[in-house]
Amino acid sequence: MSVVFEKTKGLTDKEFHYCPGCTHGTIHRLVGEVLEELELLGDTVGVAPVGCAVLAYDYFNCDMHEAAHGRAPAVATGVKRVLPEKTVFTYQGDGDLASIGTAEIVHAAHRGENITVIFVNNAIYGMTGGQMAPTTMIGQKTTTSPFGRNAEQTGNPIRISEMLATIDGAAFIERVSVHNPVHIRKTKKAIRTAFECQQNRKGFSMVEILSTCPTNWGMSPIAALGWLSENMIPYYPLGNFRNPDKEA
Amino acid sequence: MAEKVLMKGNEALCAAAIRGGCRYFFGYPITPQNEIPEYMSRELAKAGGVFLQAESEVAAINMVYGAAGAGARVMTSSASPGIALKQEGISYIAGAELPCVIVNISRGGPGLGGIQPSQADYFQATRGGGNGDYNVLVYAPANIQEAVDLMTAAFDLADSYRMPVMILGDGMIGQMMEPVVFKDPEPRKLPEKDWATTGTGGTRKPNIINSLRLDPAELEKLNHKLQDKYAQVRANEVRYEMHQTDDAELVFVAYGTSSRVVKNAVAVMRSNGIKAGLIRPITLWPFPEAAFDELPDSVRGLMSVELSHGQMIDDVKIAARGRWPVGFYGRSGGMIFTQQEIVEAGEKMHREVANVSRV
Repeated sequence: MSVVFEKTKGLTDKEFHYCPGCTHGTIHRLVGEVLEELELLGDTVGVAPVGCAVLAYDYFNCDMHEAAHGRAPAVATGVKRVLPEKTVFTYQGDGDLASIGTAEIVHAAHRGENITVIFVNNAIYGMTGGQMAPTTMIGQKTTTSPFGRNAEQTGNPIRISEMLATIDGAAFIERVSVHNPVHIRKTKKAIRTAFECQQNRKGFSMVEILSTCPTNWGMSPIAALGWLSENMIPYYPLGNFRNPDKEA
Repeated sequence: MAEKVLMKGNEALCAAAIRGGCRYFFGYPITPQNEIPEYMSRELAKAGGVFLQAESEVAAINMVYGAAGAGARVMTSSASPGIALKQEGISYIAGAELPCVIVNISRGGPGLGGIQPSQADYFQATRGGGNGDYNVLVYAPANIQEAVDLMTAAFDLADSYRMPVMILGDGMIGQMMEPVVFKDPEPRKLPEKDWATTGTGGTRKPNIINSLRLDPAELEKLNHKLQDKYAQVRANEVRYEMHQTDDAELVFVAYGTSSRVVKNAVAVMRSNGIKAGLIRPITLWPFPEAAFDELPDSVRGLMSVELSHGQMIDDVKIAARGRWPVGFYGRSGGMIFTQQEIVEAGEKMHREVANVSRV
């Protein structure tokens, strides 16, 4: 009997703590599969954020370093400067990366730091119970925007990929989504390209992944996937914003 | 014999750090410590190391956190407001039990304060300026030679205890020039860094650098482990100097730059017929409480002398355990007392306590 599918060696056997229907699990698996397929697991150091993925260090089957809120790119910089031959990645949410960690992510890109960033954007703070993020959509109700996000008071949702794509040190920037199988495959391809970019020493690479938070959005998992597709993608267009191979 | 060279404090600290094994430096410009990143940017690569100017002190200390986790000998430096920004990272480094060296060439505060020498960061350094139950090993050199000797050994100490070591200087120590001789530190048996995140190589279980323990029992266990370590540091690493205390009636307590002025004041008072002495803490944490138990029966009072409005005095009172009255003299904001000010304050207290029998 031949094995047609098995769990990636890129993940440990630890059970995820993620809520039912949350897409973090899918994204973890994709990162694990890519690291396994590129045969990088033994030569990788991952950096976990503060947020829903804070326990990512228990799930990825490689050396891991848990960072302070928003500081993962700085921690990854420290690791990478000591171990330039190893693969170093951060896994960060939108509160972590797009709010408290904007300085660290901008300057990691600015230095062309040869690391890979997995940026999970679900337009809300999940771990702390559904507060507004800089990425929260206009009109979206959260526990700190109970009447819906209002642009006059809190600005418009921040588009991180577009912003980082203006920085020369950013080699690879792509926004993808995991709301259906076609896009999950595209996401995996983008993650793979980002890690290959690092292997080829092209500089900073980031994949922004639109993700759902059924619990804090107050929706069923299926409704959440639809909401992502109908509301987030029009504002956060999918696609590549920087690619070293295309520019060459 | 090793050659004697004239060096500025900040640069001598760097040369000693490289000699002590430092190969990675992450920092951010701030006065009065700028010669440190400048020197490292010139010299660290020659030693096979890496210098990186971070976007902020916050980023710099987190780069230190990453590099230390990857097993490197790594250092950062800053001055008071910058050290305030680093406290988050220092707390994480302490919680994750990583070694590193932090230099604070302190200046006056609060807030942006000034750029002149100050000792107003004593609480910040010795109380654990960040969150949680932790300490860093704090050295306060009083001259450039001592700064060099402490710095050369600092990386061994940090590795040995897996904890941050802080060199607390001030604008005076950082900026003045003195002759120094570079010596190798006493060799220490150091533990393997088998905990470092260097990639599993497919041959071991993943290493995890982390300070998070969501289970309260596990977090308490981590805290017990840290406290056991701190008990060892208290038992083995306390350093201080007793200066003319054998027959003293009034004993000053002063560290770093202050102790230099106080030593001169002690000489003047003795020539005036007043038996003064000095306890000079070299480690601020752990505080040298043992020094106070060595004091002779002749002592009638203590006086904490600081370039602040009284921070170390709390530790002096704890160490005195009510055995002597504790006076204070301090200046702040970058103002440095003269020897004459100390003599006058010391002689005034001596008049008040000289004829009081010991409690």
